[in-house]
Formats: sequence, C-alpha cells, structure tokens
Amino acid sequence: MRALLLCLALLAAAPLQAQDAPRVPDVPLVADLSNHLVAITTGFTGTNVLLFGATNGPGDIAVVVRGPTKDEIVRRKGRFGPIWANAAAVRFHDVPSYYRVASSRPLEEFAPQMLLSSRQIGVDTVRMINVDESLPAEEMTAFRKALVRLKTGNNLYDQGISDITMMSNRLFRTELHFPANVPTGTYMVEVYLFREGQITSAEIVPLIISKIGIGAEIYDFAHGRFAFFYGLLSVLLAAGAGWAASAVFRRV
Amino acid sequence: MQIYLPIAEMTVNIFLILGLGGAVGLLSGLFGVGGGFLMTPLLIFIGVPPAVAVGTQSAQTVASSVSGMLAHMRRGNVDLMMGAVLTGGGFAGSAFGVWLFNELKYAGHIDLTISLGYVIFLGVVGGFMMAESLPGVLKRRPVTLALAARGPGRHMWMHGLPFKMRFRRSKLYVSAIVPLAIGALVGLLVAMMGVGGGFLMVPAMIYLLGMPTQVVIGTSLFQITFVTAGTALLQATVNQSVDAVLALLLLLTGVIGAQIGARLSAKIKGEHLRVMLAVIVLGVAIRLALDLVIPPSEIFSLGGEDGS
Repeated sequence: MRALLLCLALLAAAPLQAQDAPRVPDVPLVADLSNHLVAITTGFTGTNVLLFGATNGPGDIAVVVRGPTKDEIVRRKGRFGPIWANAAAVRFHDVPSYYRVASSRPLEEFAPQMLLSSRQIGVDTVRMINVDESLPAEEMTAFRKALVRLKTGNNLYDQGISDITMMSNRLFRTELHFPANVPTGTYMVEVYLFREGQITSAEIVPLIISKIGIGAEIYDFAHGRFAFFYGLLSVLLAAGAGWAASAVFRRV
Repeated sequence: MQIYLPIAEMTVNIFLILGLGGAVGLLSGLFGVGGGFLMTPLLIFIGVPPAVAVGTQSAQTVASSVSGMLAHMRRGNVDLMMGAVLTGGGFAGSAFGVWLFNELKYAGHIDLTISLGYVIFLGVVGGFMMAESLPGVLKRRPVTLALAARGPGRHMWMHGLPFKMRFRRSKLYVSAIVPLAIGALVGLLVAMMGVGGGFLMVPAMIYLLGMPTQVVIGTSLFQITFVTAGTALLQATVNQSVDAVLALLLLLTGVIGAQIGARLSAKIKGEHLRVMLAVIVLGVAIRLALDLVIPPSEIFSLGGEDGS
C-alpha cells in the first residue's frame, strides 16, 4: 500500500520533476495520516485526523483535502410582495462536498497564482462547472461566492493559513478537522512540497469516511431494496409503542 | 450527550429530542390534540430537514393515535364504513401529497410551502380557539361559532351529489364524494405538513357530514391511524425520509408525557387550558410568519443536493 501510494505521488509530481525512483532513501516528501478510516458511529460529533510527514530539507507545505464530488444547487431568495421566496437557482456540477486547505505560510507567499489555480489549491480555485450560460458573469460570481460562503458556514470548506507546524525544516504536522455533518465517501488528502515557487514533490493519501455500526445499518436498510420493510417496521414499532404505553398506563 | 440521526444525517443532543418529545406529548395529552402541528415545525427549527421532519412525524402520529383508536373501537364508537371511506380518500390525498412534496422540493419551494401552510392553519386554528375561550376566561359569554349555529343536515347541495351510501353507525345516507373529499384533503395535509389532521376533520365531520358526536372522535382516530401509517410507509419507500431513531426517541418520552398530560387535564380548568394552547399555537404561527417576512440576512441557500 505504502509503495503504491508513493508511486502514485511520484507519478503526480512527474511532469515537474522526474528524478527519484521508488525506494531511493532520500525522497523529498513523505506523509501519512494518523487514521485512514473515519467511522461515523451513533455518537459521532466530528473528529480530527493528524497529518504528519517529513521533507528532505527546507520548503513550504500545502495540504488539500477533497471530499467526494456531487452536484450542488444554489438558490437565491427574492421578494414576492411581503414574502421572501426562492427565485433564481444555479446548479454546479461535480463540486467537492468537502474542501480544506492547510499551509505552512499563506499560499500566495510561496506559490504563483497560476500554479495554485491549475492544481486547485485554495478555496477560490475550486472548479465549479456550470452549464447554464443564461446568467451574466458577475451574477455567476455571486452564486459561486455564495456556494463557498455557505459551505464554509457549514464547516465543510475551510482555508487555514499557517496551520501546518514545521519542525527544524524537516518534520511537519497538522490537524485536519471533520465536522459532524461531514459527507461520507472517499477523500483524497494531497500533500505538496513547494520550493522556489515550484511543486518539488507531491503525495496523495486516501481517507475513507464511512458510517459504521447501528446507524449505518439503519441507513442501509432504509435506502436499500427493502425500504418498504424498513417503513413497515417503523410503523409497526410506532403502533406497538403507542399501544404498549396506553396498556401500561391503564394499570398504573 | 450527542446522538447521530442516521436518516436526518445530523448530530443532535439526545436530551433536546427527549425533552421535545416529552413537552409535545404533555401538551397533546393535556389538550387532547395530536401534537404533530407543534412537533413538525419544532423539528424544522432545530435543523431537521423538512422532508425528514414530516416523514418521521407521520410515524409518530401512528403511535399517538393507535391507542385512542383501539379504546374507541372497544366502546363501539367507530363508524367502520365511514372510516373506510375517509381512509380511502386519505390514501389518495396522501399519495398526491407525497408527489407534490417532491415536485416542490426540486423546485426549491418546499420550505416556503410548509411554512405558509403552517402560518395559515395555525393562525386560523389558534385564532378560533382564542376567540372561543378568551371570553370564558374573562368571565363573559363565549362567542359561538357561526358554523355551530347551523347544525347538521342543512347542506342541500351536498344531498344532490351522486354515489350515495348508507352509513349505519352514523345513521346517515349521504354521497360518498363528500367523505372521500374530506379524507383526501386530510391525507394531503398529512403528507405535506406531517400533521394528523384531526383539527380539520373533526369539525368537517360534525358540521359538513352531520355525524353524531359520539362516533366522530373514534372514526377520525381510525382514519388518522391508517392514513398516517400509509403515509409513513410511502414516505419511507419513496423518499427514505422516516428516521426510526428520531421517531423512537420522540416516542419514548412522548407517550409518557401524553399520559401525564391526560391526567393533569382533569385538574386544570378547561378554558385556561384552551387559552394556553391558543397562545402556543399563535406563537408558532407568528414565529413562522416573521421568518417569511423579515428580510433574510443570507439570501442564498444550498438546496436539493440530489443528483437528479
């Protein structure tokens, strides 16, 4: 697994630098997570995952965490007489459900904007595709900004500045926070090493966020092929509880 | 202590949910109402998605009405024929309601529809209750509703309708269209707003159908039990919006609260009770109305994350 990830990471960095072969002791960047599986159990209130790693010398680190992508609809309210109701709506395709950036220094201090945009590092660079061309560009920007703002408000998007701790220019660590409302799926944690405005090395570590335990079983039951029986069971349970309570209280 | 609700997909404080269940259960026992009209908006207030609040509340209503229905059946206070016709209409209305709910959800108007529905119904019900019971508390003659003065059997247009049926227990010979329509309207409310609909059905049965009062409550409970059960089943199958964990937590304290409330109601003066309930109902209505009218601080919202 580790070797595979390392290969992946080197492949990702290949266009920029093609020198190191796997198993060479002096790799520029290694990183890993304290936990590769976040379990959403019945008592889940959010969790932190520690990302740690080492470099072979000075440089800046940027970490990007991307959640599974899905479509998002942003609606804007308008006034209809005395009432505020949803008026316009824009659908964005394949938006990351979760997005978080951490870096050792503010991004623009060590990387050119072009490079950040092409790699989608930074909340403002996240690609949000929209097929509807009817809205003017500035309107679109307003919707785009609203999406980022709402996601940030839900603790699902975040751009942390200087929240990677570096030790003696070689070791680094950061806490990645996943709130209680975190979407489930496969996450990609991308770690970039920047030197002189270039990506020197990169590594990708996957992270699985999944519902575990009784809550997951209820969810699967309710969303699976036997949804009807889930409903039936819920109704019978409710009817039984109501009947039992009245039977008990009649005797008291 | 926090608990993760698997269908609502959110974490809530378990004591908040237990407290809500107990408080609404107490009120429903105290006033003899279903409580759905309070529980659904309260669940939405605390952040439960509207679809899940409505779907879960239907299952909840089954629990609170089933024991009442059984008690009335034992005493023979249920007109089974009338109940069956009302339930038939109810299923049709609720199926339409579930479909309409989804259409409005995709169009982005479901929150507004639910809020508006509640503002209208709670406003009307609370207003009537206040008008009826406040004079009594203030030691004056209560205002009788205009409807009550008319009495049963005055609706001549109604007797011109076809498909007449005989309802032995109610001693009625009326067109099946009227109870079907009443049932359908109630079913629509169950599916869209998560209420039992008793507050609408009971007056309609008395004043519109002219049913004898002793069978009204039992027959309406019969319809509510089956229609909410059918709706919960439909919501669970079509929308996956019934949260069994949430329903169970609400039930746990809800049934106890209802029993305590029923015992307390014997000790508190009827008029004071009704004014208290009217104040609560109007309070919820005003809160919801304000949310619709006050300019929102954030005019954008995320909605309908479904891939469809």
